[in-house]
Amino acid sequence: MSKTIETVDDVVIRFAGDSGDGMQLTGTQFTNTTALVGNDLSTLPDYPAEIRAPAGTLFGVSSFQLRFSSWDILTPGDQPDVLVAMNPAALKVHLKDLKKSGLIVANTDSFDDKNLALAGFAGNPLADDTLVDYQVIEVPITKLTLNALQGMGLTQKESVRCKNFFALGLMYWMYSRPMEPTEGWIKQKFGNEPKIAEANDKAMKAGYYYGESTEVFASRFEVKPAQLKPGLYRNITGNEATALGVVAAAKKAGIPLFYASYPITPASDILHNLSSYKNYGVKTFQAEDEIAAAGVAVGAAYAGNLAVTGTSGPGAALKSETISLGVMLELPIVIVDVQRGGPSTGLPTKTEQSDLLFVMYGRHGEAPAPIVAAATPADCFHMAYEAARIAVKYMTPVYLLTDGYLGNGSEPWLVPDSKELPTIPVTFRTDPENFHPYARNENNVRPWALPGTPGLEHRIGGLEKANITGNVSYDPDNHDFMVHLRAEKVAGIAKDIPLQEVYGEQSGDLLVMSWGGTYGAVRSTVDRLRKKGYKLSHAHLRYLNPFPRNLGEVLGNFGTIFVPEINLGQLARLLRSEYLIDVVQFNKVRGLPLRSTELEQAIVKTLEAIPANGKRS
Amino acid sequence: MAGTNGNGETLKQSPAQPKKYTAKDFASDQDVRWCPGCGDYSVLAQVQRILPDLDVPKEKQIFISGIGCSSRFPYYMNAYGIHGIHGRAPAIASGVKSANPDLTVWVATGDGDALSIGGNHIIHALRRNIGLKILMFNNRIYGLTKGQYSPTSELGKKTKSSPFGTIDYPFNPVQLALGSGGTFVARSMDRDPKHLQQVLLRAAKHDGTAFTDIFQNCNVFNDGAYFLYTEKDTRPDNVLYVEHGKPLVFGKENDKGIKLEGFTPKVISLKDGKHSISDVLVYDETSYELAVLVATFGDRPGFPMPIGVFFKADRPSYEKMMTDQIEAVTKKRGAGDLDKLLKSGNTWTVTAN
Ligand SMILES: Cc1ncc(C[n+]2csc(CCOP(=O)(O)OP(=O)(O)O)c2C)c(N)n1
Ligand code: SF4
Ligand SMILES: [Mg+2]
Repeated sequence: MSKTIETVDDVVIRFAGDSGDGMQLTGTQFTNTTALVGNDLSTLPDYPAEIRAPAGTLFGVSSFQLRFSSWDILTPGDQPDVLVAMNPAALKVHLKDLKKSGLIVANTDSFDDKNLALAGFAGNPLADDTLVDYQVIEVPITKLTLNALQGMGLTQKESVRCKNFFALGLMYWMYSRPMEPTEGWIKQKFGNEPKIAEANDKAMKAGYYYGESTEVFASRFEVKPAQLKPGLYRNITGNEATALGVVAAAKKAGIPLFYASYPITPASDILHNLSSYKNYGVKTFQAEDEIAAAGVAVGAAYAGNLAVTGTSGPGAALKSETISLGVMLELPIVIVDVQRGGPSTGLPTKTEQSDLLFVMYGRHGEAPAPIVAAATPADCFHMAYEAARIAVKYMTPVYLLTDGYLGNGSEPWLVPDSKELPTIPVTFRTDPENFHPYARNENNVRPWALPGTPGLEHRIGGLEKANITGNVSYDPDNHDFMVHLRAEKVAGIAKDIPLQEVYGEQSGDLLVMSWGGTYGAVRSTVDRLRKKGYKLSHAHLRYLNPFPRNLGEVLGNFGTIFVPEINLGQLARLLRSEYLIDVVQFNKVRGLPLRSTELEQAIVKTLEAIPANGKRS
Repeated sequence: MAGTNGNGETLKQSPAQPKKYTAKDFASDQDVRWCPGCGDYSVLAQVQRILPDLDVPKEKQIFISGIGCSSRFPYYMNAYGIHGIHGRAPAIASGVKSANPDLTVWVATGDGDALSIGGNHIIHALRRNIGLKILMFNNRIYGLTKGQYSPTSELGKKTKSSPFGTIDYPFNPVQLALGSGGTFVARSMDRDPKHLQQVLLRAAKHDGTAFTDIFQNCNVFNDGAYFLYTEKDTRPDNVLYVEHGKPLVFGKENDKGIKLEGFTPKVISLKDGKHSISDVLVYDETSYELAVLVATFGDRPGFPMPIGVFFKADRPSYEKMMTDQIEAVTKKRGAGDLDKLLKSGNTWTVTAN
């Protein structure tokens, strides 16, 4: 039976089920295939903090949202067009996000009394009028999977576990995706369990042909490839990109990479990735805690490696004392903070931008440290590279801020050629003539002198250093001098980073100013409003300390500055204190990316409040 | 050292041949600022004395410390050094050692630095068997902060922060090190310089973590803490020098020994006519069981304080395994190529049209 194929250009699918249902895997497979088809895409995995929460419960729901498109997209989308709900809890949790008249594919087999009760449904939403506003497609996914795998000699449990591949196959059919990439993946993944491999493969195909052969689906869709810039692409998550960024920086600098870390969600994948790159000379050290990881990084930096230590908020707090030492020792260390919801354990698997002030000020003493922040998953590569470049050039700890959304989310990445990457020159001091550990070059940077170099024996430490000699000094004027010197050194980096760019008109009534992982949501919202005829511009910060040297000027060119953040106004506070201007804040701290619909409303409200003369009273 | 060739011409010293140092070569130009009479001076002197015997050039020696009186140590050594932060020296040193296994890495730490704030790092360094030579200056007190009790202070000790006596049981550092998987565990004393030198030399040559608990007198805040063990007249009857292959005898006239009855150690008299030297336990530093047992002697009433090398085992070090693993993976997968790595995974090409 052939069915009509409708061409659409932008789709948001959300796969949702129990955390044991394999939704992350299903989403990842759909994503990889979609990347190969050539769509632009953006993903938003969302999973509970519990590894295997009790089956059927609301808090055990795990989901994977994927947006793919035939044009350039910047966000994983606010509202799904399609919700694949593997059980009632998944439907309950995600229904409120679904577009009106959106499509629900429900696994009817799981809508039994027990699961309905666990999800808190009074009746069966498939039977009553709960879903009148939506198109519902009921598929007995579990039963169909079991039927397809009959006679294979698998246990019931093993067969049921394949049902996510049935759902995947069905979605492949619905969006006209090829099954070959996943076929290949299954073969590789389950190489030594041929029966399981065959079962998953069969389940996927059963799902695909179910779509093809039954009457329930009126039509299927096609999303044409996006017109991306020519070149070689791969789909990449922020954490993968961060790992590659520091590997690339070390290679370009000609020094070994040393990554010291203690596992923490959502930063652990950086450790996982780097620990598999042994043949690139990468050393990884899983320390006993984050304090140790930071200490190990200090030692590795002193010994001449590109030292990197990655973590999330709680670990960043533990590293704080050691990073102050790093500031005093003036050693290059990159600290990656993949931000998550806080305070304390907070929302460990969700995203937030709430560590900006912490990395800015969360050290004892006057301890300045540069901060850079990635804007998109792929941008993590470039900002990790930048963090490393600044660290070794200026002999200083540097923070790289990413977040849970960037770290786990993915997008197509135009892979750079290593030759195009900026050089990272490193010279180790070898000449004993006139050597002083705290002598300075034109950038106020001290020499990197490695233990093992004859004639350069010297001691460094946390006690205040005498300028130039580096000997311990309690002299009041020397301390005052050194405190200023360290601050000036970091401030001076402003001349070595790009000017702040403004998207849209270079002056006007309203500038939306964002930073970090909100880039996609903010840029697409600004774009939409501009298309609707509103006058506004957008500036997205990737350098947060020091700020780009033209930032004051940029801010001065606009009547109103609107600052959306997933925190209570941390950048807003920095801008106010640095430039003595007021800004309008927009703050939503839901553990999720900003929603463009909400953002759009808030911006419009702000625009409408701007008086005709452009100046707010 | 200069030599001559067959024609009687003097040969230049080969750069590969390490220069013969004296203790003075390892003294830095900084004034030593410990209180006069402090036991730390002796430890510094003994370290400087043994370094020439190591045949390791001074640029390959690095001393890393935490915070405390004893942690000022690196400033006084003419070598590389990091005066770190309180308790974290083993972590910093682990970074140095794994980044450059070629260096001889020393850790100078106090009883508070190592066992209180830095307890986690000490046990994990020992567990990993990473090549650090840990010198723990054990004065059973917090010196630098002016006299609070430490995790090795005796129960009931009166200090500034325990005016009515402590209610904390102390650690036995040797037991702790053995329990953490230490492969070289020793104890010595500031006031027994010869013994300290011997132990330090062995520690320096050990492959893996070498932990030495050094009894050190703080003559300002805990004077005489160890006089029972360190002073001439009381030492023989109260200290048991533990030596590999030697019977465990002690006493002014070597008249006492340790006998093992089942699992229970007993102090016996070699003069009571009932026992002879053949009853005495002969020490074996490769025996973990003996080490664990003998380490308890200092806490047993009527037993002498054991001093010496308790345990030595040969186990591949962390840095060796790290290097080997990198080599093995590189051999198997080939040396990594950055562009190949960047372009790995599922890639696709977008062409202009
Ligand atoms: C994070 C931190 N907490 C507390 C201190 C204060 N402090 C410095 S040294 C020290 C104890 C030192 O005792 P010990 O390690 O035994 O060394 P000693 O001075 O006896 O040689 C303390 C508590 C500090 N410097 N840093
Ligand atoms: S306070 Fe005690 S340990 Fe510290 S230097 Fe003085 S005598 Fe030595
Ligand atoms: Mg002490």
